[in-house]
Amino acid sequence: MGKRVAITGVGMTHQRSARPDVNGRELINEAVRMALGDAGMTRSDIDAVVIGNMDHFEGINYVDTWSVDGSGGLMKPIMKLTTGGTTGTTVAMGAYYHVASGLFDRVLAIGWEKNSESDTTGAIITAFDPFWDRPIFAGAVAGLAMEATAYMHATDATEEDAAYVAVRERKHALNNPYAHLHINMTIADVMGSPYLSWPVKMGDMCPRTDGACALVFASEDVVDDFPQRPVWIQGVADRHLWAYTSDPYLDFKTGEAWFPAMQKSSQDVYRRVGITDPLEQFDVAELYLPYSFAGLRYMESLGFCEKGGAPELTRAGAFDMGGKCPVNPSGGVMSSNAIGATGLIRVAECAWQIQGRAGERQVPDVKLALATGFGGCFWSDVLVLGKDKPEKARG
Amino acid sequence: MDDWREKQELLVMDGRIKVPYRWFAGEVGTRYLESLRDQGVFLGTRCPQCGIVYHIPRRNCPDCFEECSEWVELGREGTLESYTVVRKHHPQLSVLPLPYGYGIIKLDGADTGFLHLIGEFDEEDLAVGARVEAVFSDAREGNILDVKYFRPTGGVE
Repeated sequence: MGKRVAITGVGMTHQRSARPDVNGRELINEAVRMALGDAGMTRSDIDAVVIGNMDHFEGINYVDTWSVDGSGGLMKPIMKLTTGGTTGTTVAMGAYYHVASGLFDRVLAIGWEKNSESDTTGAIITAFDPFWDRPIFAGAVAGLAMEATAYMHATDATEEDAAYVAVRERKHALNNPYAHLHINMTIADVMGSPYLSWPVKMGDMCPRTDGACALVFASEDVVDDFPQRPVWIQGVADRHLWAYTSDPYLDFKTGEAWFPAMQKSSQDVYRRVGITDPLEQFDVAELYLPYSFAGLRYMESLGFCEKGGAPELTRAGAFDMGGKCPVNPSGGVMSSNAIGATGLIRVAECAWQIQGRAGERQVPDVKLALATGFGGCFWSDVLVLGKDKPEKARG
Repeated sequence: MDDWREKQELLVMDGRIKVPYRWFAGEVGTRYLESLRDQGVFLGTRCPQCGIVYHIPRRNCPDCFEECSEWVELGREGTLESYTVVRKHHPQLSVLPLPYGYGIIKLDGADTGFLHLIGEFDEEDLAVGARVEAVFSDAREGNILDVKYFRPTGGVE
């Protein structure tokens, strides 16, 4: 059985539309320095580094090697993980696996991106099949738009329901000094913003951002060495389903218009951790919601309500600050999306919530938190974090 | 340091890299594209275990992991499983004039949908379940754009 693992240090940069004042390794260093300081560590205390971004956004391959100035990984074991939008959560899971294995006691997890340095849409297309997808592919927005169309067809959800989510996320971001967008939006603002790809409008979408995040993962054997209250990993899971752009919208074996990878990964980790009623049991959730409709469909895929139930629950305020389970007190991905950092920031925000260090965006008395990653295309990472040390390592 | 920054804008360097990739279609992809180009016939492959007909054809079933060696002729018409209407251009995307349609089409005889463009439509013609038919390009070159786009036939499944 593996070691139990806690997050014992958190660092992140302020998320900005562009950081022309630093190169990648310097940006990474800002988050790393903050995480090490938070953990009371120096570079020499790091046993291994797990780092991730998506090379095609910066056009500079092998971040594992060229980032060593900034990452702290000089002459240490380093592993790079890249899984699309899920990169940040996969980095967290990779660091967790490193420590849970018993082979490393203190592992630094780093996720970062400088989306300002390339054409995000052009770079994303390089992840798609050159024969069957690329000649036709209309970018990430159109892919999400088809998901939204299928979702609205299968439920009574409307564009206004989705706009509620976009407004909520932007409102939450006003409490987060690290967020990229600080804008007060109304449902009318979202509904009046131009269509990018029907039914998705400008106001429904995430921005593109520069930023970095770093976390320290520590073994139960050394966790008492750290000044901050440890945040315990309760369980993690991931599932992948995608070869072609047309694959993820419908489960072609069951005909279900939901999100099979997110359903299966969440069900898997819930079973191991003992979650039977996510809405009741989670005190907060930081979810990778890249656009507004995700805030409806993914709540259903994650089991917070029945299929088609998310619009009503959302509008009733269940996921607002002060609601049953606030979603994205940080403002989430619709307020900041430095893609390779984004998943790790979800985990970092959960850690701060559990430690009671989330400032103006703090949810009272958080014991159990849910973090997710969403990746291109449509795969899913799920992590459950908690205040209490689990009875045993549960994978 | 601060004084220096006031006098100098931060510098940038433009990239010049263009990597001339060439991708092989392979045997399965070539057989499919040859049929599309020369006969205007869509082909799928069937999993011998679960029976699912894949279009775009796959060499093996991702679930059963069996080789899908049986080829199946599919219809030129199909059903829209989902769609969007693209309203913003991007230099890397289709050169069709805006707005253009874009959707997942399940061809008659196939169990899986595939991605293609939608043309010659009024927006009210588009719906999940709308029937569409392939419109072929005048000059076919052995790629997926040998089908120019799909257009609604007016029917709904």
